[in-house]
Amino acid sequence: MHKKSLTELSEGLKQGQYSSVELTQYFIDRINTYQPTLNALITVTEESALQEAKQADELIKSGDAGDLTGIPIIHKDIFCTKGIKTTCASKMLDNFIAPYSSTVTQNLESAGMVMLGKANMDEFAMGSSNETSYYGAVKNPWQLDKVPGGSSGGSAAAVAAKLAPVSTGTDTGGSIRQPAALCGVTGLKPTYGRISRFGMIAFASSLDQAGTFTSSAEDAAKLLQVMAGFDERDSTSIDKPVPDYSATLNDSVAGLKIGLPKQYFDPGLDPLMAEKIEQALDAYKKMGASIIDIDLPHTDQSIPVYYVVAPAECSSNLSRFDGVRYGYRCQQPKDLDDLYKRSRSEGFGEEVKRRIMIGAYTLSAGYYDAYYIKAQKLRRLISEDFKQAFSKVDVIMGPVTPTTAFNIGEKLDDPVSMYLSDIYTIAVNLAGLPGLSIPAGFIDDMPMGLQLIGNYFEEGKLLNIAHQYQQVTDFHRQTPNL
Amino acid sequence: MEWESVIGLEIHTQLATKSKIFSGASIAFGAEPNTQACNIDLGMPGVLPVLNQQAVKMAIKFGLAVDAEITPRSIFARKNYFYPDLPKGYQISQFELPVVGKGIIEIEMTDGEKKLINITRAHLEEDAGKSLHEDFDGMTGIDLNRAGTPLLEIVSEPDMRSAKEAVAYMKKIHQIVKYIGISDGNMQEGSFRCDANVSVRPKGQEALGTRAELKNLNSFKFIEKAINLEIERQIDIIESGGKIVQETRLYDADKHETRSMRSKEEANDYRYFPDPDLLPLVIETEDIEDIKQQMPELPNAKKLRFMEQFSLKEYDAYLLTSSIELADYYEKVKTQVNDAKLIANWLIGELSGALNKNNLDVKQSPISADQLSELLKRIEDKTISGKIAKKVFESIWNGEGNADEIIEKQGLKQITDTGALEKMVDEIIANNSKQVEQYKNGQTKLLGYFVGQAMKASKGKGNPQELNKIIKAKLDSL
Repeated sequence: MHKKSLTELSEGLKQGQYSSVELTQYFIDRINTYQPTLNALITVTEESALQEAKQADELIKSGDAGDLTGIPIIHKDIFCTKGIKTTCASKMLDNFIAPYSSTVTQNLESAGMVMLGKANMDEFAMGSSNETSYYGAVKNPWQLDKVPGGSSGGSAAAVAAKLAPVSTGTDTGGSIRQPAALCGVTGLKPTYGRISRFGMIAFASSLDQAGTFTSSAEDAAKLLQVMAGFDERDSTSIDKPVPDYSATLNDSVAGLKIGLPKQYFDPGLDPLMAEKIEQALDAYKKMGASIIDIDLPHTDQSIPVYYVVAPAECSSNLSRFDGVRYGYRCQQPKDLDDLYKRSRSEGFGEEVKRRIMIGAYTLSAGYYDAYYIKAQKLRRLISEDFKQAFSKVDVIMGPVTPTTAFNIGEKLDDPVSMYLSDIYTIAVNLAGLPGLSIPAGFIDDMPMGLQLIGNYFEEGKLLNIAHQYQQVTDFHRQTPNL
Repeated sequence: MEWESVIGLEIHTQLATKSKIFSGASIAFGAEPNTQACNIDLGMPGVLPVLNQQAVKMAIKFGLAVDAEITPRSIFARKNYFYPDLPKGYQISQFELPVVGKGIIEIEMTDGEKKLINITRAHLEEDAGKSLHEDFDGMTGIDLNRAGTPLLEIVSEPDMRSAKEAVAYMKKIHQIVKYIGISDGNMQEGSFRCDANVSVRPKGQEALGTRAELKNLNSFKFIEKAINLEIERQIDIIESGGKIVQETRLYDADKHETRSMRSKEEANDYRYFPDPDLLPLVIETEDIEDIKQQMPELPNAKKLRFMEQFSLKEYDAYLLTSSIELADYYEKVKTQVNDAKLIANWLIGELSGALNKNNLDVKQSPISADQLSELLKRIEDKTISGKIAKKVFESIWNGEGNADEIIEKQGLKQITDTGALEKMVDEIIANNSKQVEQYKNGQTKLLGYFVGQAMKASKGKGNPQELNKIIKAKLDSL
């Protein structure tokens, strides 16, 4: 049953092959079995899940069920969930229970989905390996000594290991696409503003975007349908009609113009990875698509720009964690300064502190113009590169990561090397474009991903293009042996 | 040496919106601590600010009232610093691009001298909460009700040259924000507060001296005292060979002194940057036009209209329009009472005097416009004299009833019965034979003496003009 997609499970529920309670119990059992090995979750909400499943079953019986009613899901522990602990994988929020729900989790709950628990992640979404979590590293289900990627490592590992059919994540610089690629699942980061950020704990507000982990593009279309839309509580969400993402899945890709950025095939890319990308492109050619070489000249600027913009925003976003109103407070503070210093020093992990310090530095008087303003200018040039490209092509394709999953511990003490693993994903966030990672093969038994980048609000087209590939390949159907 | 002081003001005016600038929580004053702070005001994780459009409209209104440029695309920025009453660790404000740009206003001194003061900018921002140091032993309480309250910070150029000018400017801004209805201007509740940048330089010198910023000036009285104190302090230092340090000084009204809070070296680096949670504030020309249509009459226009419509002297019109409440009061009385000058005299004299004596503003007046109208009508129709009216006014003030009731109850109606008056005059003539004789001998100014006697005999209720006529006729016919 766990190998079934959301679409298949939804059909089974409607036909009465099993109830939502049975389905929920089945996945809870899997969680209980594999959680000790994988550490993919921070919180398991068994009791409330079964309660929600019961309600879903009643809805299904009454015939009012939608595509998502009764389907279990796991949420990244960055989304606030009313009455349930939301930690952002930080000691700082180990005791934090939000009195409100994020728009994302609220919308999915209203659609009848059953929350199984909250997924592990890099602390405050800062990391590319899920090793910075206060709750410990997540293991890659394909090979337990490898990282699952990050920051949404728990969400990716959970879907790869089928602890839930689908999960949510967030992507600030690749935090959905990179772990999706390393875990062999389908990961979608929509256009900035497509999904509300309300109730999603902010890392870098101008880059953060919620998205999905699924076993197929078809499943992603169904989740996105419910998650997307304007939210008056988020001024940066965009008031634009949400198209029917499932309706266009089967459109033909004949005549599709695929852009191939030469900068994504640099010496840093594993030649075996390049080979897999070539094979994926061949599949598209067979379907009638054409490949066009394109130029994204500012690609090499994207990591430096990102590591100015994201830490700057995070240094300010994380100021609210001060030990005054909620979250971690140090023992017996001597005075106000001591309260701030020790609560934040003790409550935050190393990577978070590193980024807060970088950010505070780049925003400070005398450095602001040289770093922050310069980065904003380059950010516009990076967006301009994509604009030029999309005047010639329908979609851009390339690798998601330079290599498959690296070993746990391998890059933890080398932040720059860790940062470089996001080289192909970061520019998409800086430009605010939608991006998708789909399984496109295996290298030494480890999955790799093909990245699809679309123009603004063209999630429908991306899902269509991915779905057509998944009709002629079965990489997305492979599951690890646990 | 002769010194010149240079003053610029930063005025924080609380906007009279229904809810906070970035959340739906109420901004009403005086609620139990932390009952008017929602998740957004508390800076909870993941919550986001949404701009209150009412606050934007109010800022535009202010811009229009001071002939300022309205910025078509202004930016909200984060001012980062740690303080327990600042829940997010940053204040959302406007830094490089404020909603209101350069403007100008005319101030008028009490001696009638006029002067133009330039406004640098006005920007929208949120207020912080309050730290309560007194009520908790060894701890500090935090009340976040005020956090997120919308403020318009109005920054002037250093165009003022005396504490008196600074007060006149502050009063002018106060008058404008109340006229256009964007603030209640309540200084006790902190809805209108001011910081002053003060420096001195030798008269004739162009370059500005080093300035000190005075904080916590929450009344017109304090601002004048504090600025004068600071000017003296700076002159003393320079004249005794010292140097002014750029610093922030706090005014202590109880001790009547200013003391240093922090120097420039200790000043925070606020790490301003555009708030990524808020889109640029775009104001279309049509929005400005719409608001222009809704603009109320401004103080100067109202003064000119009062002069023209009610044939009032400029100074009277100026006083009557000094506050929107007094002007409204005047116009309300004017719909019921004909004599414009009579109303003006009563409002500027009796009413303002009584209000000032009791430290009340017009809104708190125990005598309503309708009540005063009734009283003034009785003067107009000669039921009572102006002198008696003052007594009646006092009785109304003390809550003894309306004018007619009081006149009736206390028997204050003027005696208009000529027979009764004549009888009274006959008696006075009979009892004052010496004065009669002097009058007959040409001392005609004694007429006033007889009128006075008659007024006394009538206990003030005789109509003086009528009495005058009767006495003159009787004396002349003797």
